[in-house]
Amino acid sequence: MTNIIEVRGVRNQFGRQVVHDGLDLDVRRGEILSVVGGSGTGKSVLLRTIVGLNRPAAGSVSVFGEDLLGLPVLRRAAVERRFGVLFQKGALFSSLTVAENVALPLIEHAGLNAADAGRLAALKIALAGLPANAGEKYPADLSGGMIKRAALARALALDPDILFLDEPTAGLDPIGAAAFDALILTLRDALGLTVFMVTHDLDTIYTITDRVAVLAQKRVLVNERLDVVADFDDEWIREYFHGPRGRAAAQAVSPAHGVPHKPSHGGQT
Amino acid sequence: MTEPAFIHIEGPQVRLRGDWTIANYAALAADIARLRPRVADDADVDLGAVGALDTAGVSLLHDLLGKDRLAALADGGSPLPPERRALLQAVVGVIDAAAPVPRAAGYAFGDIMERAGIGMLAFWRHVIDIAGFIGITLETSFHVMLRPRRWRITSLAANLERTGLDAVPIVALLTFLVGAVVAFLGATVLAGFGASIFTVDLVAFSFLREFGPMLTAIIVAGRTASAFTAQIGSMRANEEIDAIRVGGLSPVELLVVPRVAALLLALPMLSFIAMISGIVGGMLVCAMTLEISPTMFLSVLESHVGLRHFIVGIAKAPIFAFLIAVIGCLEGFRVEGSAQSVGEHTTSAVVQSIFIVIVVDAVAALFCMEMGW
Repeated sequence: MTNIIEVRGVRNQFGRQVVHDGLDLDVRRGEILSVVGGSGTGKSVLLRTIVGLNRPAAGSVSVFGEDLLGLPVLRRAAVERRFGVLFQKGALFSSLTVAENVALPLIEHAGLNAADAGRLAALKIALAGLPANAGEKYPADLSGGMIKRAALARALALDPDILFLDEPTAGLDPIGAAAFDALILTLRDALGLTVFMVTHDLDTIYTITDRVAVLAQKRVLVNERLDVVADFDDEWIREYFHGPRGRAAAQAVSPAHGVPHKPSHGGQT
Repeated sequence: MTEPAFIHIEGPQVRLRGDWTIANYAALAADIARLRPRVADDADVDLGAVGALDTAGVSLLHDLLGKDRLAALADGGSPLPPERRALLQAVVGVIDAAAPVPRAAGYAFGDIMERAGIGMLAFWRHVIDIAGFIGITLETSFHVMLRPRRWRITSLAANLERTGLDAVPIVALLTFLVGAVVAFLGATVLAGFGASIFTVDLVAFSFLREFGPMLTAIIVAGRTASAFTAQIGSMRANEEIDAIRVGGLSPVELLVVPRVAALLLALPMLSFIAMISGIVGGMLVCAMTLEISPTMFLSVLESHVGLRHFIVGIAKAPIFAFLIAVIGCLEGFRVEGSAQSVGEHTTSAVVQSIFIVIVVDAVAALFCMEMGW
């Protein structure tokens, strides 16, 4: 498998606080990678560094084989257009309806007219598992789970190659979280996405991820398949994967990847 | 780079080539609108030469071929590779849900009437809200006043500093300039009658009775009513108000009473500064253009202008202060959740408080004139 993202020797620091130092990470094409780590280990900072919201003090980030930090602005914008980002709180534009939120990148970047963009937006909203009437609503009228789905629809608007998810299941109820996991898996298989996910949710890690990267000691401690990571000799990792919650999540899905692919409460017909 | 996409139709054969992606969407949509009638019912569809395919492309395939044929292509028996079948299946599964929801057609006259009606009702409800909120504020203030232990001195002092002390420079500067302008006007008009000395009366009367309190109230409405709305509004958006309620505390007592009390103290003081500053501005212009020395200015002021003009002016300041503070706080409580709502209500608070200040000032001027004050 080829690497779609290669992070090499990245150093991030804020003032005197060093978050990453000599961090290396590979993400392979078509995989779902979960990044885990304790609070304050810079999981979100790593995501922001890769998508270009945070410029590292040192090191390189290359995506699709191009060094993002060295690219001219226009070329870089073209690369970043192939990213879809789902922010932790959705970050939907509150003055636009859900359909307008999803249609915005289609109009601005793909140059579609409003009618075509509206039709495609409706398709993305349905793909994200929202009912058809959700498109007319404003973000303030949506529940937490619906906001995540609407934000996912916007992230998918331009058919990105890489989907970045920042704590996609945080704040969802277990049923909603399981449905969201299934949705991510379905979309990955159907759209051929590569998924880079920051998460704390052990169930998500056990059910849908291909590989896990553990952030600790300012770098990626281990970046491997789940069974390898779970047996890695480190105190934090042992506590994380073999604590009561980790054991419960592992038991729930053994053998691994056994989740039923049920379509999450689809649309209305 | 994306290849252009093509549709070839020869009899029952439909052959598709190129990249069916969002980059080719507009061109393909036009072709499809033209070619769709030529696709036979029993058409033999060949997707073998299609390069890249994304959800936008599948949506176009749906437009060209219809749902049934797309479903057949996605089925196990089709010669397509599995990942492409998965993409087709994913889109076919939701395409009905993505159908546009029919929207009720508008009816211009009815819509106008409806909007007017909604506007009237909203205005009426708003008037009731303001009256109710004034009542709650007065009631809570009364309760708090009787119990000195519940006076929130820290909050009062902080609000006093923000609304009073911090506003002194802008109030003093603006009223100084307006005072100078009024004196210029007086000098120009009154010189024609040989009555330049009455410029002193013009400046003093206008600033003591009207401009001092009203200009200050308008400046404070712009800077403090908006601040109150934004503070309370963002607390509301952040569920802090709910947390106060759940904690058994009264948000009116905690947030509104100190703000109202602070403004009740600050606005009369600022109005006094405004009066002095405006008169000084007028005095400077008189000294420079009319050769009325400051000593003469002050002696004319002393002999012509009675104390009652000052009292009429300064008595309006607490009324303005109460209305501005109550409107600012009430709009803050009306914020609903989003950042946009905070902005809307902040604007609304400023507009309403300036409006009410000018209306109350006009009514008060009429009243004082009729009473001969």
